Amino acid sequence: MLATLIRHVGDFQLAEDAVQDAYAAALTTWPREGVPANPGAWLTVTARRRAIDRLRRDRSVADRAERLADLVRLDQQEHKAMIDESSIVDDRLRLIFTCCHPALDVSARVALTLRALGGLTTGEIARAFLVAEPTMGKRIVRAKGKIAAARIPYEVPADEELPDRVRGVLRVVYLIFNEGYSATEGDRLVRDELCDEAIRLGLLLRELMPDDAEVWGLFALMLLHDSRRAARVDERGRYLALGEQDRSRWDQARIQEGMRALARSVRLRHPGQYQLQAAITALQMEEEPDWRQIADLYGALAKLTPTAVVELNRAVAVGFADGPHAGSTC
Amino acid sequence: MSQYMLLLYATEVEGEELAEREADIPTLWLELSRSLEEAGLVVASGRLHPTSTATTVSAISGEAELTDGPFAITKEALAGYYLIEAENLDQALGVAKRIPLIRYGRVEVRPVMDYSVE
Repeated sequence: MLATLIRHVGDFQLAEDAVQDAYAAALTTWPREGVPANPGAWLTVTARRRAIDRLRRDRSVADRAERLADLVRLDQQEHKAMIDESSIVDDRLRLIFTCCHPALDVSARVALTLRALGGLTTGEIARAFLVAEPTMGKRIVRAKGKIAAARIPYEVPADEELPDRVRGVLRVVYLIFNEGYSATEGDRLVRDELCDEAIRLGLLLRELMPDDAEVWGLFALMLLHDSRRAARVDERGRYLALGEQDRSRWDQARIQEGMRALARSVRLRHPGQYQLQAAITALQMEEEPDWRQIADLYGALAKLTPTAVVELNRAVAVGFADGPHAGSTC
Repeated sequence: MSQYMLLLYATEVEGEELAEREADIPTLWLELSRSLEEAGLVVASGRLHPTSTATTVSAISGEAELTDGPFAITKEALAGYYLIEAENLDQALGVAKRIPLIRYGRVEVRPVMDYSVE
């Protein structure tokens, strides 16, 4: 709903405020009058009407007259067929690409994505990233301010830009998942929420961009990691390495889904870092991991993302494959 | 349509360093200027004389004061500007990415406030 309203209204903040108004209105009216037959539609119409009200009151908005006219016309056509599926999908795509625009700082992209697409409150996001709530609030306000003032366009990028921009979105989703997954301190519940949110975003991306190999790759990676959630912590709250975990607590359904996603990504024949990481994880989860193959995959990953962590992991894998002295010569 | 200010920053070099830096790119500047003109996107543009020619004026301390030089000594100095019209930030960034200076310097892209009355 937010995504579509942003498109109709042309302003992130205005749309958000209108949606808040609609929820507030629901909270006062529904207990009194009962929940309407189609709550979604009620909220959508109410939000739009609130947006019209706000726009009427705010004389400083650019193109005000035009936007008001569009909105009022839309309101009058309300009774035509409910918002069709494809336009909702398009709006959500637009929203993701806007929130993840490279002109925004990475931390701002993460916060904005969680706020606008994940529906997390500022407080929840602040707690997840161990930042004071007012600080997170300012970060989000600043980002929205920039989107408005610099006119970051609310659209899906042009074809030439798309590959880079998709990488950017995947990076944000990966950061969110990683934050939830790797945390060793902070509120465990909130961290789990981040993983769930990242996977939800992964699902959305999968729906919106079913032909992108890395979209499937990242989805696979997240599912495979997440399948081990129940086994990662022992009774005393200590984190267990993969090899020490009780495999019976692994979510087999998640693993199967992850493996299917991995297969799908490989079939699209466009290798990338998330697919590689997913493949590595899948291999590491086997009873008798094939360390030689894992080492080779780390080698391929090192070519794409040559970081110290990857090199270290490769050395470790080589060590396991060849015996204790081999890894240390890498 | 909005206006964006493109501020070009680079270290100030002279003689051989300058010649080397600008070696392959006169044609790129020319191409850029031509295509921007054709698209009617440039409101104004200019290349500035080095900061050694600058004078800074301020009345913060009460009376108008003149200082010889730029307002701040920085490694990279303001070298030039383009004031352009663009639909949105992506379009403005598209122009900025074509400015040859980015090979050795930086371009800041900032939206200009719009005071036009409805």
